[in-house]
Amino acid sequence: MAVETKETDIILKVAEVLIEELKLEDVTPTTFEPDIDLVDEIGIDSMDLATVALVLQDHYGIRFDEDDYPTLTTVRKIALYIAARLES
Amino acid sequence: MKTVSSLLDDEWYARYKRISKLNIRSSIYDVTNRCNLRCKGCFFFSSGEDKAAEEEMRQDRWEAFIDNEKERGVNLAILIGGEPTLYLDRVEAFYRRLPTFCATNGLIKVPRDRFPDLMVGISLWGDENDEKTLRGKDTFAVSSRHYAGDPNTYYLYTITPKQIGKIEKIICKIKDVGVKVHMQLLSNDEGVDGFSWQPEELNDVRFEMDDMLDRYPDTVISCKYYHEVITTGKMLGRPFGWNECPSVTEPLDTRSPQPKRLIHFIRWASDLKTMHRCCTSETRDCRTCKDGAAHMSWVMVNKRAHIRTTKDLQNWIEVYEMFAKLYQFIPW
Ligand code: SF4
Ligand code: SF4
Repeated sequence: MAVETKETDIILKVAEVLIEELKLEDVTPTTFEPDIDLVDEIGIDSMDLATVALVLQDHYGIRFDEDDYPTLTTVRKIALYIAARLES
Repeated sequence: MKTVSSLLDDEWYARYKRISKLNIRSSIYDVTNRCNLRCKGCFFFSSGEDKAAEEEMRQDRWEAFIDNEKERGVNLAILIGGEPTLYLDRVEAFYRRLPTFCATNGLIKVPRDRFPDLMVGISLWGDENDEKTLRGKDTFAVSSRHYAGDPNTYYLYTITPKQIGKIEKIICKIKDVGVKVHMQLLSNDEGVDGFSWQPEELNDVRFEMDDMLDRYPDTVISCKYYHEVITTGKMLGRPFGWNECPSVTEPLDTRSPQPKRLIHFIRWASDLKTMHRCCTSETRDCRTCKDGAAHMSWVMVNKRAHIRTTKDLQNWIEVYEMFAKLYQFIPW
């Protein structure tokens, strides 16, 4: 399966998974502000992040390290993390 | 999409920022299986947890264990028992290593030269008559002498159904000795006659607790949303119970799906190997559980669910602040 590799596409995918998995309302992948603090502003916790990470791991065929969760605080940071894993 | 800053004004947002990064990770430790009281309704003895494990007697093993706990990410040690003050060396081993809270019946004074700012929570089960019925002794007479005016101590007042209409008297006597108080509800684990909650009593006690908070805000550490949740057993329309409880020991948690929880919570027995099911009695029926900390944690782990309306989010902030005050993460 071909997966998104461009940062902008990955951002949209991460936003889509967040919206779907966490049932976020009144937002679409394109209106999701990629730099909004997910923990502070939306109240996402490590269990939410683990749920999202599982879906993204399967989609991209990469692994998220649980120790890295505290650094993954915005959609953009998650997208950059995925992009780095895809490259390595 | 609802965001925190879109729901809060500047003052509330500042309060939110003060707690939002605390990331409190508590675990609970039975310091000993012994106690100098035997209260009717004490979950520890009524469920046989005092016999679940042989106490670890070697001080060096306690110290190594606590170092491991710290390594595991625990940043708040809640000491219970039995009566922790029977083993002050163990209490000190925690106190030297971690932010520590010590629950006690107050009959033995924690020496303040050795533990200058250890947060102490003294259990109190009602007025003199209730205390004599349930605990065989008016503990307040002793504990209030030991801790009068102590800024790092509060009473953990367990309200019984017999206390309805009489709560103010207790709050005032605590106020008069210059100590703060936090209120919780009896779970009556041993089914003592007349001490189980009826629905109308829960309604009455809720409004009495609210009234105490309004009238004694400098003495009572609490908030109205906590009163609502603990008396109704509901949060945002969801019922409390086994499926929702965040205070289940993680390695023993077989629930699927797992609910939101305080990260890596464990309640350890005093052999430092055995784990108990949850923060309270192994045998308690979750449907009647009134454990205050479990209800508070339940609210705290459900932050996102409260990012719904301004009022819901303010409620969440107040519960988190209350918890943070009770365990010294922020000042009173
Ligand atoms: S003082 Fe505490 S530990 Fe001791 S019997 Fe009473 S409730 Fe149980
Ligand atoms: S008894 Fe209370 S604290 Fe223990 S698992 Fe049940 S609901 Fe949670």
